[in-house]
Amino acid sequence: MTALQAHLPALQVVVPMLSAPLAMLLREHRLSWALATAASLCAFAIAISLTLSVIDTGGMRYLMGSWPAPFGIELGVDAMSALLLLIVTGASSLALIAGASSLDREIEVERQPLFYAAWLLALAGLCGILVTADAFNIFVFMEISALASYVLVAGGPDRRALPAVFKYLVMGTIGATFYLIGVGLIYLMTGTLNLDDIVYRIGEVAEVKPILIAAGFISVGLALKAAIFPLHVWLPNAYTFAPHVVTVFLAACSTKVALYVLLRFNFVVFKPYLEDHDLKFAIFLLPLSLLAILVGSAVAMFESNLKRMLAWSSVAQIGYITLGASLVSVAGLTASLLHIFNHALAKSALFLALACLAISVSKLRIENIGGIAKRMPWTMAAFLLAGLSLIGVPGTAGFVSKWYLITATFDSGPLGILLVAVIVVSSLMAVVYIWRVVECAYFRETDEAQSAREAPLMLLLPTWAAVLLNFYFGLFPGVPLELSSSAATLLLGQTP
Amino acid sequence: MTIVFGVFLLTLMLITAIAIVRTQNLFVAVMLSGIFSLLLASNFFLLDAADVALTEAAVGAGISTVLYLSALALSAENERAPYSSHRLIALAVVSVTALLVIYATFDQPRVGDPAAPVHQHVAPWYLEMTRDAIDIPNVVTAVLSSFRGYDTLGEVFVVFTAGIGVLFLLDKPGARHGGTQTVGRVRLRHYLIPRLVGRMLIPFILLFGLYVQFHGEYGPGGGFQAGALIAASIILYALLEGETRALQALPRRLLTLLIASGALLYGGVGVAGMLLGGNFLDYSVLASDPVKGQQLGIILIEAGVGITVTGVLLSVFHAFAARGRF
Repeated sequence: MTALQAHLPALQVVVPMLSAPLAMLLREHRLSWALATAASLCAFAIAISLTLSVIDTGGMRYLMGSWPAPFGIELGVDAMSALLLLIVTGASSLALIAGASSLDREIEVERQPLFYAAWLLALAGLCGILVTADAFNIFVFMEISALASYVLVAGGPDRRALPAVFKYLVMGTIGATFYLIGVGLIYLMTGTLNLDDIVYRIGEVAEVKPILIAAGFISVGLALKAAIFPLHVWLPNAYTFAPHVVTVFLAACSTKVALYVLLRFNFVVFKPYLEDHDLKFAIFLLPLSLLAILVGSAVAMFESNLKRMLAWSSVAQIGYITLGASLVSVAGLTASLLHIFNHALAKSALFLALACLAISVSKLRIENIGGIAKRMPWTMAAFLLAGLSLIGVPGTAGFVSKWYLITATFDSGPLGILLVAVIVVSSLMAVVYIWRVVECAYFRETDEAQSAREAPLMLLLPTWAAVLLNFYFGLFPGVPLELSSSAATLLLGQTP
Repeated sequence: MTIVFGVFLLTLMLITAIAIVRTQNLFVAVMLSGIFSLLLASNFFLLDAADVALTEAAVGAGISTVLYLSALALSAENERAPYSSHRLIALAVVSVTALLVIYATFDQPRVGDPAAPVHQHVAPWYLEMTRDAIDIPNVVTAVLSSFRGYDTLGEVFVVFTAGIGVLFLLDKPGARHGGTQTVGRVRLRHYLIPRLVGRMLIPFILLFGLYVQFHGEYGPGGGFQAGALIAASIILYALLEGETRALQALPRRLLTLLIASGALLYGGVGVAGMLLGGNFLDYSVLASDPVKGQQLGIILIEAGVGITVTGVLLSVFHAFAARGRF
């Protein structure tokens, strides 16, 4: 058992990655689905096991090919990667289970094996980014996850998915190229690609210019991938036209993983080396975060396509996450990381509820769902409860992270009051856009909704699992909170 | 002398790049990008990066050009004129990016400086360990397939993902035209001279592909380049004899099997390392003598790379060709 335990960081990637070719070879779509779901659940179990050992021991290391670091490639799992691994593998598993009854309507049966292979590759790519401790290896797995996500988004039945995915592809490729240029410059100056070794050797580099430019390229490239305002333009359409369960998966993880790499590089590599880096980072990121929060929420208030509404809300939520990070304090980063976790919970529950709605409603627009709550009580109740978590009502997960964010902003000096005002205003805006949907579904009447039927159990179960998790982690935020705060202290280089 | 050549090639590349941006004719753009890749490959060669040069020449100048042309056959030859205001913004963004990269080079070590950090830190270890632990002459192959074999596994899966993506998007049921229509579309049957010359070339390209595949430990080469070369020879066969004949020789189902089995072979070698008591991708445990184990591992994973790359490139070609319009 202990021998297996030591291999877990590698297996986290290898299990979904090697399942992908197998899923592609299976001709029967149910079998590929079963294999993909099994591999995803297995990855989830590995993530839980890794989290437990991180809580016990503080971290795990693994040498690929048994070559010593920094010559070979090293994997490293710590509190921050464990937190993200839980989200990625958990969201993938829930979305795949929901996909059993949802995907048949969107993707032809004979193309499904390829789709599930792409899904597993996306999962393997995201896990690969999270477990590696090597700057170039991050790039390789970023490519896998990005290419696979383009395929997943393009699987949508609507032809508008293709222009949306083309935009996503171009922006994503620019982002990855910028990251690669930055890593190239760092390698040029330090001669190493291992992240810990970079941190160690970068202190001896006398010439600042290349590292400064590298910091710029890496930050902008990852900001593109993380959809940080105003580089978010690819996101709304990509989320809107993707198959519903793909939106669940991507909304919960893909931007978050880019944020993870962004925070890693800025706090661990650049902050100790570059002069005034924290100040520049804050000046750069703080206004953008505020704009993201306000603009994203405002657009969501006036959007009547339900998926696009939630996508714009994601732009705003990414703003909360970067706002916490731009405070450059342990409290701020803890709030930021916790919000990554809690927002993933709330958004996947909301998008899962939309996937349930899509069973009966052909066009997910607000005017088509009038009175649907009578026909689909469980679905709409799930939407309402997950919406409460998104707004941040006490007792839900969303409240915990917003509360931490508000306390962190209060500590940040005179600007604090203004920031708190922005958070409160945007939460009220969230009340507006969630309420519009709820009002329409419960108190209006339309013809289309009359023929609606409740979603199948295979869809409702994962949806309600996500909803209940929102409440569970709202009442007992212990594990994510502990992981977030130890990750925050790690990022700021303080001993816990 | 090298520097003169380098500057000359770079200038030509710059001119080609500007020409690609300026031209409205997509066919011209494709041809120019082939030339661009060839110039780039020559540049890599000048910098003593023979492996990279071979890849760039095979993939960039060879296969990509063919794939671009197949895509072009499905669309128009001229691009629609874009909005001019967007062009200016794009130019500004690109210029700022270029200036930043140039600014970063002011403090970088001189090219070929033996005291540069890249030559001081990990490189000496690679040189020494390639001799002691793997015992093959080509250090690049040792780094790619063993020391950083996990990256290469990732790259194989990038190729694999790309293949899945193209198959998933282009092989839509209903999008594929009837078999009778596609027969004879892409072929040069009635052109005697290209056909004769082409047929004579195919066995040599195949042979060279195999040489590159199995000679990777001793000279420049390896699975990626070999895969591209072997795929190129079969694509040439398809162009000469018609796509149907090529599909008869290598049916789609077999290609799918190739794509998956190459990736699985590479991954399987990694898992075998784990089962035999080493870490993932540790080849030393594959044989009783660690050095022999390393060599065995490298041969196996290079074969995996070659199989997947061949399969993906051929599948992508067929996916494009099958959608041909008349």
